[in-house]
Amino acid sequence: MTDVVLQILVVLGVLNAPLILAALLIWLERRFLALLQDRYGPNRVGPFGLGIVLADMIKIFTKEDWVPPFADRAVFVLAPAVIVITGLMSVAVIPITETIGVVDLNIGLLFFLAMSSMGVYSVVLAGWASNNKYALLGGLRASAQMVSYEVFMGLSLMGVVLLAGSFSLREIVEAQSDIWFIVPQFLGFIIFFIAGLAETHRLPFDLPEAEAELVAGFHSEYSGMKFGMFFVGEYVGVTVISAMIVTLFCGGWHGPVLPGIVWFGLKLLFFILVFITLRAALPRPRFDQLMAFGWKVLLPLSLLNLVVTAGVLLLLKG
Amino acid sequence: MSDAPAVVTELEGRFGADAFTAQETRSDFPTLWTSRERLPAVLKFLKTEVDRPFGTLYDLTAIDERFRKQRDGQPDSDFTVLYHLLSYGRNEDLCLKVGLADGDASLPTATGLWPAANWYEREVWDMFGVRFDGHPALRRILMPLTWEGHPLRKEHPARATEMGPYQLPDDRQDREQEALRFRPEDWGMKRSHEGTDFMFLNVGPQHPGTHGVIRIILQLDGEEIVDCLPEIGFHHRGAEKMGERQSWHSFIPYTDRIDYLGGVMNNLAYVLSVEQLGGIDVPDRAQVIRVMMSEFFRIASHLVWYGTFAQDVGSLSTVFYTFNDRERIFDIVQAVCGGRMHPSWFRIGGVAHDLPKGWQGMVRDFVDYLPDRLLEYDKIVMQNRLFKARTQGIGAYTVEEAIDWGVTGPGLRACGFDWDFRKKRPYSGYDQFEFDVPIAQQGDCYDRAVVRIEEMRQSLRIIDQCLKNMPPGHYKSDHPLTTPPRKERTMHDIETLINHFLSVSWGPVIPPGESFVGIEATKGNNGYRLVSDGGTIPYRVRIRTPSFAHMQMIPLMSRGTMVPDLLAILGSIDFVLADIDR
Repeated sequence: MTDVVLQILVVLGVLNAPLILAALLIWLERRFLALLQDRYGPNRVGPFGLGIVLADMIKIFTKEDWVPPFADRAVFVLAPAVIVITGLMSVAVIPITETIGVVDLNIGLLFFLAMSSMGVYSVVLAGWASNNKYALLGGLRASAQMVSYEVFMGLSLMGVVLLAGSFSLREIVEAQSDIWFIVPQFLGFIIFFIAGLAETHRLPFDLPEAEAELVAGFHSEYSGMKFGMFFVGEYVGVTVISAMIVTLFCGGWHGPVLPGIVWFGLKLLFFILVFITLRAALPRPRFDQLMAFGWKVLLPLSLLNLVVTAGVLLLLKG
Repeated sequence: MSDAPAVVTELEGRFGADAFTAQETRSDFPTLWTSRERLPAVLKFLKTEVDRPFGTLYDLTAIDERFRKQRDGQPDSDFTVLYHLLSYGRNEDLCLKVGLADGDASLPTATGLWPAANWYEREVWDMFGVRFDGHPALRRILMPLTWEGHPLRKEHPARATEMGPYQLPDDRQDREQEALRFRPEDWGMKRSHEGTDFMFLNVGPQHPGTHGVIRIILQLDGEEIVDCLPEIGFHHRGAEKMGERQSWHSFIPYTDRIDYLGGVMNNLAYVLSVEQLGGIDVPDRAQVIRVMMSEFFRIASHLVWYGTFAQDVGSLSTVFYTFNDRERIFDIVQAVCGGRMHPSWFRIGGVAHDLPKGWQGMVRDFVDYLPDRLLEYDKIVMQNRLFKARTQGIGAYTVEEAIDWGVTGPGLRACGFDWDFRKKRPYSGYDQFEFDVPIAQQGDCYDRAVVRIEEMRQSLRIIDQCLKNMPPGHYKSDHPLTTPPRKERTMHDIETLINHFLSVSWGPVIPPGESFVGIEATKGNNGYRLVSDGGTIPYRVRIRTPSFAHMQMIPLMSRGTMVPDLLAILGSIDFVLADIDR
């Protein structure tokens, strides 16, 4: 009985943590970006400006829930839900410590890739259903960009799968007790990181929104909580990608002295901060440049990575 | 006007001496009147046939002469259309005037010779009702399409209180909105071509990438720009019309708001033009102070451009760094002028005050501070590979195109043409300073950036020389037209008392005549053409702004590029809307 209660608590905890984390990330990103950009950021509401999270939530929940009369209503409402749901589903397969984790699928990695593919629909449908030219352009960019980068994302992880001999994320982490896969799979790590940026459409790969040119891209017509869902979805996405990097390449909960959950949290925070720093540092490539980079550089590299990894493994075994 | 320049002899040799009437003006280039019939041949001769041709249609505007009293021997006319041509080969200007009668105000178009004539002719039509036969799309450009009357005609009211309260009932709102609807056919654009339907994307007037209220309509094939159409006028505030109601002195603050990033640089062009009319010599100290403050504003303007340009290509942080630096300039401006963005600080005959105690320290600190920062920005922006990929080879034009379209300033120097009005036609003592004119070769977005960034360094050099060599003396001229006069020159006797009283109540009376001064402003050549009828207010104020010419070139620069490139191009030409629309 207590097992069941415990398991329910873990499920609720693990599913709520990303949402709370997303809210905190909004604050973290604004403060950290401000630090990098020689300014203050939100520092007035509550200690360290943390109250801004609450204020934002109150604002966004109480805003008028508006659907443009020219939009395709059903799809318009569905789209923001998809990104949050797929994000949270991905969280379910991530092993946080030896004991904490919602579910340990033997195809966990494939499940994650599937969910991230599903997430693309959210952006594409939002752009389509808005019936707005800017949103449409954003949606088109998103579909091309995310579908392409998915390919390398999947391929870049195959090296890890070869090394661990499993698709189960828990087994992948356990396989890293001696050496983190970031060392033998450094190339795979770099490709996955770049593809992850593209999947979460964060700057420098935020072409679907590209505020300087497309106003707000695919979510131009969204406001209130529906916009909030995209916002939260983006941060959940950042969290998930960071968590996957930690799991696949950086040894998950492994680490000396401190308990596993602290290690996991620290590594997660580190990669989230890297995401934010990149946003402060880099300009945005053009759409065709992004695609060319993906197909002409990343695809051959990830294939090469796969072949070399497989070859080395065969040699060692043979 | 000293001895007649060669071009006058050449023109008279070609068309006969009686074809032209010379007009005495205060400006340092000839002004010739000709007839409507002869105009096209004269323009063609100057553009294509003459040796070292007049390649640039620098300005095209008009004067409503109907209420002007002091015309001393000029041919009779109700409206005078004026072609201001510029020859880089000769380093000379030429002003051609054509008189037109009210009721028959039309001219053949010059768009066949200069593509740049397009917008200028539309503006003259919009403002004066002068028609240009053969113009491809002669319609309003600055005023709303539903406007009645032509604002720069003298009978058009200049004040809101003369026009009755403004109301916007529903039917009128519908009418105004309908007038703004874009129909591709009106502009000779096709909706589809060979089975491809084009998408028309309306960028602006409210859009984060346009830096202000401008509308650019894109004809898109996918994300590729087939053609585009900038529509301006949303920021039009009638600065030229206001000039006809303000005293010579009280118009100074309005000039600050033209290129609103250029601050006192705008004052400089205006007061130089007034001083040319009044024959006022400015003391050395005032000149050096003017140069120093103008160069500070050049840096300030370029810093804003730098940050926003980087932001347009997606780099978020630079804009915060450069605005911080600009804030340091404003600290100095505040200490010196009291104002920040719009100090309105130059005066006819000098500047408003002397420099404050301790100014040297502030200026020295800044001159020492900025170079390191610029190096840092080079690393995060100019040397960034993504940034290069976004800007190199994008929006390029050749020197010939630039000259044809009236491009001045960094945009001209970026295509390898060494031309800086501070060097070629020194004003306000610029010939006394040592500085280099940075140029680049490709004429693309990246090179325009290279030129501006190097310009900031050169401006620092100039400021440094001002700091080391600030001459002693007065900050205002002793000329009686100096407004307001120096305090020591007031209230000693009845003469000085009256002079002071008149120049601060009515304002100075500037002798009749016409003047023109153009300066190398932050964005290109900014010129003020002033017509005085011998009164306390200008008869006509013409503001020639660089951004107007540059914006007209957008379709040429952006055809065949992608939507994100348009933003890079817009960012790289560095315009402000008030400088376009006035």
